[in-house]
Amino acid sequence: MEANKKWYQLDLGLGNKKTSQTTCGCGKSSGGCGSTKEDSRQATQSISAAEFDAAVEQEIMGDTAVAQTQKDGFQQVFDVKMDRRTAFRKLTASLLVGAGAVHTSCSITTSGEAKEKAQIDWEEQFKGNYKLMTQEEKQATVDRLVRSYQLRKKKNIKMTATDASKDVLFGYAFNISKCQGYMNCVSACVEENNQDRNSEMQYIRIHEMKDGQGFKFNEADDNYYHEVPAEGHFYMGTQCFHCDNPPCVNVCPVEATWREEDGLVVIDYDWCIGCRYCMAACPYDGRRFNWSKPEVPEEEVNKNQHYLGNRLRKKGVMEKCTFCVQRSRSGRDPACVEACPTGARIFGNLLDPNSTIRWVLENKQVFRLKEDLGTEPKFWYFMD
Amino acid sequence: METFRAFRSMVRDSLGHITHGSKVYHLWMFLLTVVMLIGMYAYYIQLEQGLSATGMTDRVSWGLYISNFTFLVGVAAAAVMLVMPTYVLHDIDFKQAVLIGEGLAVAALIMCLAFIVADLGGPAVAWHLIPFIGVFNFPNSMLAWDVIVLNGYLFINITIPLYILFRHYQGKEAKHNIYVPGAILSVLWAVAIHLVTAFLYQGLQARPFWNNALLGPRFLASAFAAGPALIILVLAAIRKFSEFKIPDKTIRKIAIIVTVAAQINLIMLVSELFKEFYAPTHHSESAIYLYFGLEGKNALMPWIWTAIPLNVLATVLLTVHKFRSNFKILYFACFILFVAIWIEKGFGLIVPGFIPGPYGKIAEYTPTWVEIWVTLGIWALGAFVFTMLAKTAIGIELGKLRYRKKETIQSETH
Repeated sequence: MEANKKWYQLDLGLGNKKTSQTTCGCGKSSGGCGSTKEDSRQATQSISAAEFDAAVEQEIMGDTAVAQTQKDGFQQVFDVKMDRRTAFRKLTASLLVGAGAVHTSCSITTSGEAKEKAQIDWEEQFKGNYKLMTQEEKQATVDRLVRSYQLRKKKNIKMTATDASKDVLFGYAFNISKCQGYMNCVSACVEENNQDRNSEMQYIRIHEMKDGQGFKFNEADDNYYHEVPAEGHFYMGTQCFHCDNPPCVNVCPVEATWREEDGLVVIDYDWCIGCRYCMAACPYDGRRFNWSKPEVPEEEVNKNQHYLGNRLRKKGVMEKCTFCVQRSRSGRDPACVEACPTGARIFGNLLDPNSTIRWVLENKQVFRLKEDLGTEPKFWYFMD
Repeated sequence: METFRAFRSMVRDSLGHITHGSKVYHLWMFLLTVVMLIGMYAYYIQLEQGLSATGMTDRVSWGLYISNFTFLVGVAAAAVMLVMPTYVLHDIDFKQAVLIGEGLAVAALIMCLAFIVADLGGPAVAWHLIPFIGVFNFPNSMLAWDVIVLNGYLFINITIPLYILFRHYQGKEAKHNIYVPGAILSVLWAVAIHLVTAFLYQGLQARPFWNNALLGPRFLASAFAAGPALIILVLAAIRKFSEFKIPDKTIRKIAIIVTVAAQINLIMLVSELFKEFYAPTHHSESAIYLYFGLEGKNALMPWIWTAIPLNVLATVLLTVHKFRSNFKILYFACFILFVAIWIEKGFGLIVPGFIPGPYGKIAEYTPTWVEIWVTLGIWALGAFVFTMLAKTAIGIELGKLRYRKKETIQSETH
């Protein structure tokens, strides 16, 4: 960032290129061979559903085995070093709902499972903000959530809490010339991210616009039900742009939403109080609220989850696109990118000089929406 | 120890005092209780179903609750217009009104907090908002500032009258050097609560309708019009229903405050309208929606076109000296001014901020019955709290409630 800039500016280090050691098949330092990406994508895609389930199963068994050797619930709560704030919080917590939970968890008549459920609920209700948790605390809450799902639904899920990697900054580009409005991205997103089926919540909106009239969002149709591509129209998708200077993060009174090191703007669903201030602050319609209890049929639940991503949400909290954090942090493309039949969607690491996204930014005429607001979205549009 | 005993006696006496009264009083409190109970039932429905029980959607994500919250912050701030002259400038005329004004501020703040809680998606985790226990996004989030200033103001407005009334209850004079610093602080604080609440909206670059520099000053002007207007109406009611003597002079002086504030408010309204309609840009669409409707959608038009004429009429009535000195006309003017500002600064300000949406979509907002009843319930709660506070304050000020009075009377009769 230049020193004399009075406002925020996204710095990709485009000026000081360094050749990275990432292997590119063709050996070009820039350009559109894209072989690196293709390789990694095929590698991850080649896992079959059965293999994946087996892997999930193994992972969970492993987790449980570890969990058994770990401390029990009492030790987890009391054998931790805590600062004054934590101690005070826990004290207040116990005063607040002590009676109910203690009744369930201490009663001789309730079964072991009910006790465990009560114990989990208790700890979940009064846990801290994910952003401020230590690695152990993060793992503990993930374990609790997995176990809670096991107790309730008798099914196993896999939940990760992978942190951002160094030298990664995720970015996204959208090719307006290629998009045909098929909306495969929308349905893939809903399936991947466990959105509420009742209210038909969608993170992505595809705007159908008339040719020759420019970008007139207010005249565009973002809720069409007809054959596409419609004659004389073009299509433009919007979602959360993962701004580098996100207004939604600033306004949150409890820091329940923040920008991660790799540029993803995420929400701790358990810390959100549901005031919807972020929704009012977002200039891109990127945020959604759970007005009712979100429901996903059991057989449709995506069991490969991330704490900050597609884990099941509850009533009265915000949620949004996370660039599929559960996929992107394990080297895969977001579901919308993978589902797009036209190749209009490009995703990658902005700090990797050999990535496709960097090639697009350097070789295409790109633009972003509402740049005058100083939000620095990491979502670019371009045309062929 | 003596102080403690006196305090306990005051609490006991006050409780006795507020549970006894005329038939009209009991009927009034009964009605408020009924409305509060219905409101609580409506809130129960909302808790069960989630906020989908309200008319709010992803497109218009704040509605009646936040509108009323915004308006009531102004009412709370207005008490200061009476506090300053009385405590700091020793203007005797206001002394009768100031305790009432502070009681009104306390009631308004309790309503504000109730509206915020009603609007939360997760009231069970509202403790995340408490400084030092939760995580407080200070100083970045204006909502965090608002939590501090509102609760601080509530504290100030409870302690000052409590101290004065407690002294009077014991038959002593309140000490100037104790309450005057508090009073001065509350004057600054009142401006702060309203300015911070305005910044809550003003700071959002996503919403051009709110993102203008006039919003804060306009909030103050309208607050200092609507708040004292309400105080005049309340004083009129107190004059009618209790023996508490409020001289005409007091009401006349408050009326001057209302008049000046209403005039300034009107000037700012003209300035806003000029900016939106002289050279309309893309950013004027919310104002166009509010005043004329967009694409055939005009739910707010009848409201705003009620508010503007009422506002103008009230300001004219208040400005003309002859009308203002006639109390019947004054009360009428205050009433319509209050209603006009409630519309204009309530949903007339909040709802158009969301219309059109970020990508120009126009989705309208209509509150549901659940929402309306919760709102009415909270207003009833405010009226209930205020009635109790005012009744106690009047009792103490009139000398009906006095420490050891009963005992002395008893010992005399024995």
